Amino acid sequence: MELGPLQTLIHFAYVLAASLFVVGLHMMNSPVSARRGNLISAAGMVLAVVVTGVQLVVLGSPVTGQTEGLAWPIIIVGTLIGGGLGWYSARKVKMTAMPQLVSIFNAVGGGAAGLIAIEDYWTAVQTAHADVWLSIFVVAGSILGAVAFSGSVIATGKLQGFISGAPIMFPGHRILTGALAVVAIGGTVALVLGALGVIDVAGLEMAILAVIVLAALAFGVTMVMPIGGADMPVVISLLNSGTGLAAAFAGLVLLNPVLIIAGALVGASGAILTKLMADAMNRSVLNVMLGGFGGGAAAAAAGAGGATGTVREVAVDDVAIQLAYAQKVIIVPGYGLAVAQAQHAVRELAELLEGRGVEVSYAIHPVAGRMPGHMNVLLAEANVPYHQLREMEEINPEFARTDVALVIGANDVTNPAARSNPQSPIYGMPILDVDQARSIVVIKRSMAAGYAGIDNELFVDPKTGMYFADARQGLTDLVAAVKLL
Amino acid sequence: MTFELVAALTIFILAVLVGFEVISKVPATLHTPLMSGANSIHGIVLVGSMLIAATANEPLSQIIAFVAVIFAAMNVVGGYVVTDRMLQMFKRREVSAVPTPAETGQDAGREA
Repeated sequence: MELGPLQTLIHFAYVLAASLFVVGLHMMNSPVSARRGNLISAAGMVLAVVVTGVQLVVLGSPVTGQTEGLAWPIIIVGTLIGGGLGWYSARKVKMTAMPQLVSIFNAVGGGAAGLIAIEDYWTAVQTAHADVWLSIFVVAGSILGAVAFSGSVIATGKLQGFISGAPIMFPGHRILTGALAVVAIGGTVALVLGALGVIDVAGLEMAILAVIVLAALAFGVTMVMPIGGADMPVVISLLNSGTGLAAAFAGLVLLNPVLIIAGALVGASGAILTKLMADAMNRSVLNVMLGGFGGGAAAAAAGAGGATGTVREVAVDDVAIQLAYAQKVIIVPGYGLAVAQAQHAVRELAELLEGRGVEVSYAIHPVAGRMPGHMNVLLAEANVPYHQLREMEEINPEFARTDVALVIGANDVTNPAARSNPQSPIYGMPILDVDQARSIVVIKRSMAAGYAGIDNELFVDPKTGMYFADARQGLTDLVAAVKLL
Repeated sequence: MTFELVAALTIFILAVLVGFEVISKVPATLHTPLMSGANSIHGIVLVGSMLIAATANEPLSQIIAFVAVIFAAMNVVGGYVVTDRMLQMFKRREVSAVPTPAETGQDAGREA
């Protein structure tokens, strides 16, 4: 097929946009170039959208050669509404709630990919163009899009607290999940066989696709429900990868190069990123997806043999003296610090201590917060100096010569059971060696278990003093107490 | 199989391989921004949504296209803006290690 000059130009503009995605994503591997990488990727996106606009204005739809009358109102009004919602929520969201927002953006992206697949199939069925390949791409795109949509919505609910972060299962859960998968695959086979002419599904195509999509939506829910909240980053990353593939399948149906390349790029890099995240928690992706972590039998067993002993409660003045006369203090921030919005209070305390000659650093666990790197973002926002943020491998040897380890709202990432108790569900997860410090102070609201739902024997260690307070209030009181010394 | 489809599948396979290679040795600090950045890129479904809007000629199709455009635009705009917000913080702390009083406001959700 001979392409006209403008069509050729459009094609290569699409390839250029896709190249900008590749370069931009690659630049996001390093903190130095990450922000520029994101802007380059955004430039690619603007280019792709503008080129599509030119295509529709000058040449019309690549399929029909024209543009329907309502197309522009749909595109312009829809973009303004969606873009406005995205812009507003992205600017206004608190950084602590950012993982949920990313999950929502993934949900709508998956939803859009699924809707494109459904509409493409509808057009193809009407014009009798639904051949085998188109059927396969459409079904794959709609299944992946639907699973990403419903799964991400559930993940958001778990992170936001609308749905319990604990794993939720009911009798026959796995059987239902399996049955839904069978329905979706069975529907796919029926459509493919229909396209091959082996069986006659004429008139039933859309009904079968509807069944497949509904099964996929339900599958997304039953898949994510049994997974504990602590594992949500891995789940979101996996669903993110799925949305990418769904976009690529939409591109294969529409024969659009930028959709194919960008979608495949996200699908593959998202898969790698999912594995990296799971590795950081010393878990396998499969293990995460099978769920049940952070509750149920394993946690009960660990609890029975786990933390026993008495808790030593300490008062704010004692903690202040301990910190003010220490030589080296390591602050271990966790999600509790973030939800209490105590980043600024902790920086104030650290500056105060440094003014007294205390060496202060922050130990950042790879999965501290709700997502890898989340804690760095939160502390950076509070202007904590970059050089004080230390990664786990780097700071772990330093705990042994630390006078006070101040644990603020962190729990599971400090649990020595991960090293010592093979029964524990978090056994093998790399942890911060807080228990090696000469003394430990834990600021925590109560003795409640952490996100993984298991006891922490660090809290009953004789070296540990528990300072029961909301992280922000506790730190504010601590700052006041140190100032009086 | 048409020639166009063969070419498209070839592009698809090569792009998957590029995707596997493009991420390597990422520090854990960047996992979240990177995921968010990849999340914005699949907002490319906006292009697909525009293309189906162009051919939508009946109410149901038009509603589907309209919802798809809204979803995709939200994915694109929100994704890039929130990623930039995350990365902006990484940059700022290298530039100004000592905060000015004005920067130490208590509103964690303020616009950066």
